[in-house]
Amino acid sequence: MGNFLQVLIDGLLNGLLYALVAAGLSLIWGVMDVINFAHGEFLMVAMYLSYWLGFLLDIDPFISWIAGGIFLFLLGAVTYRLIIKNSLGKAAMAPLLATFGLSMLLKNFCMNVFTPNFRLLSGNWLEGRTIAFGGAIVPLPQLVTALFAFAVLGVLYWMLKKTRLGWAIQATAMDKEAAELMGIDTERIYLLVFGMGGACVGIAGSLMTSYLAVYPEVGGLFSLIAFVVVALGGFGSIPGALLAALLIGLVESFSGFYIAAVVKYVAVFAVYLGVILLRPRGLFGW
Amino acid sequence: MPPMLEVKNISCSYDEARVITDLSLEIRAGEIVAILGANGAGKSTTMRAIAGLLHPEKGSVLFEGEDITNLPASQVIRRGLCYIPEGRRLFSRLTVRENLELGAYTESSREAIDQRLEEVFAMFPILKARSAQRAETMSGGEQQMCAIARGLMSEPRLLMLDEVSLGLMPSLVEKVFETVVEIRRKGVTILIVEQMVQEALEIADRGYVLQTGKLVTSGTARELLDSDEIRKAYMGM
Repeated sequence: MGNFLQVLIDGLLNGLLYALVAAGLSLIWGVMDVINFAHGEFLMVAMYLSYWLGFLLDIDPFISWIAGGIFLFLLGAVTYRLIIKNSLGKAAMAPLLATFGLSMLLKNFCMNVFTPNFRLLSGNWLEGRTIAFGGAIVPLPQLVTALFAFAVLGVLYWMLKKTRLGWAIQATAMDKEAAELMGIDTERIYLLVFGMGGACVGIAGSLMTSYLAVYPEVGGLFSLIAFVVVALGGFGSIPGALLAALLIGLVESFSGFYIAAVVKYVAVFAVYLGVILLRPRGLFGW
Repeated sequence: MPPMLEVKNISCSYDEARVITDLSLEIRAGEIVAILGANGAGKSTTMRAIAGLLHPEKGSVLFEGEDITNLPASQVIRRGLCYIPEGRRLFSRLTVRENLELGAYTESSREAIDQRLEEVFAMFPILKARSAQRAETMSGGEQQMCAIARGLMSEPRLLMLDEVSLGLMPSLVEKVFETVVEIRRKGVTILIVEQMVQEALEIADRGYVLQTGKLVTSGTARELLDSDEIRKAYMGM
């Protein structure tokens, strides 16, 4: 029973983190029909940012997530301006290949500058701290990161559903031309959405630095999981991404513990294939 | 007094194909003007060019004396010129209320928006009852009302309506035209594109008739209704 609860908690905590990583991808896809292949590398950039802020300036990840969010918002906005904007309306593959190129650039840049070594930030506020919960041990860095992720998703969802800006974003996603007739500057909405997608993954990356090592390839697995989450939850749906991410987190932790650690990603992708075969638009797709 | 809207010798193309050639028209404040013509005559293209959704290759569009030819649509609406496109184009998964709020997107004062909401709810009581419902769950007629109300939320001085009667049953068509007259009574100038030529001319002051992107004739509604040529070509009489 103790094991079961432990595995359940691990799965949920990971799932919440995956949800925040995937939310930005889902938002950008939902509004602009653009797949950002550099999403994992955005995460990696935020991790390096928080790592160096922690290592050089002694700023804890639970503070530097603000810097991560802002920096990645700007990186997202600049990416939109310089790369996405010019590739929209061209061949369907153009934005995809362009962001793929960006991901290679970012990865290899970090490889060169920071070496391929793993770097784990030490001396964090919550490092090694745990709380006991019904026989399970809950590591605090993971718990706080997961709660942050949930809160950021809540704010994002509230913004989309309840504010004028959120309605304008949804309107732009549904009918761009009609949105322009309302006076909505859809160019600015796109810029903002790309920035917000960056900010989500930036906050996630910064927080993760409190317990995970950063290296140039770290984005690969996370972006793969994010793609699975987005497709599974239904493109553009934030609640869908949350539930799909929790499902993925649980499948990962249960299969890793009860079957074998090496098969956990086999199980994750098997579930993904199963759902997509039965329901191609995902669990909550539009 | 100069006309409210002046379209001067515009020509427009889609993918190299000329859709409008050297078209001019004008609308004076307080009028209802109808643009008539068969499918493909260039009626909607004319509206889109005025609204800023596409920019003419030649010619110019002046609204209240100012050149708006190359303004994007999101700026044109700020000048007080609102275009309600063909097919309603509601934001289907947003509620009626949210659609209406977006209609007043250019207005930032909460009180002004609430006041306009009250005005359109008074005009279309059904929308008040439906305000929390998704736009896509309403009937075609209700959706058309919602599209008109959303346009009015921007408090336009010139309202352009594109095929508002399309797909509505006859009793609703009549109601929509009555609504248009009521909107004019409130001081809004109106430009309509219609395929229901007779009904449109009954409420319009003047009309322009287009054929393959060119102006073939224009005149007062009376003159057009009495013209044998128009009756034969567009009213099947």
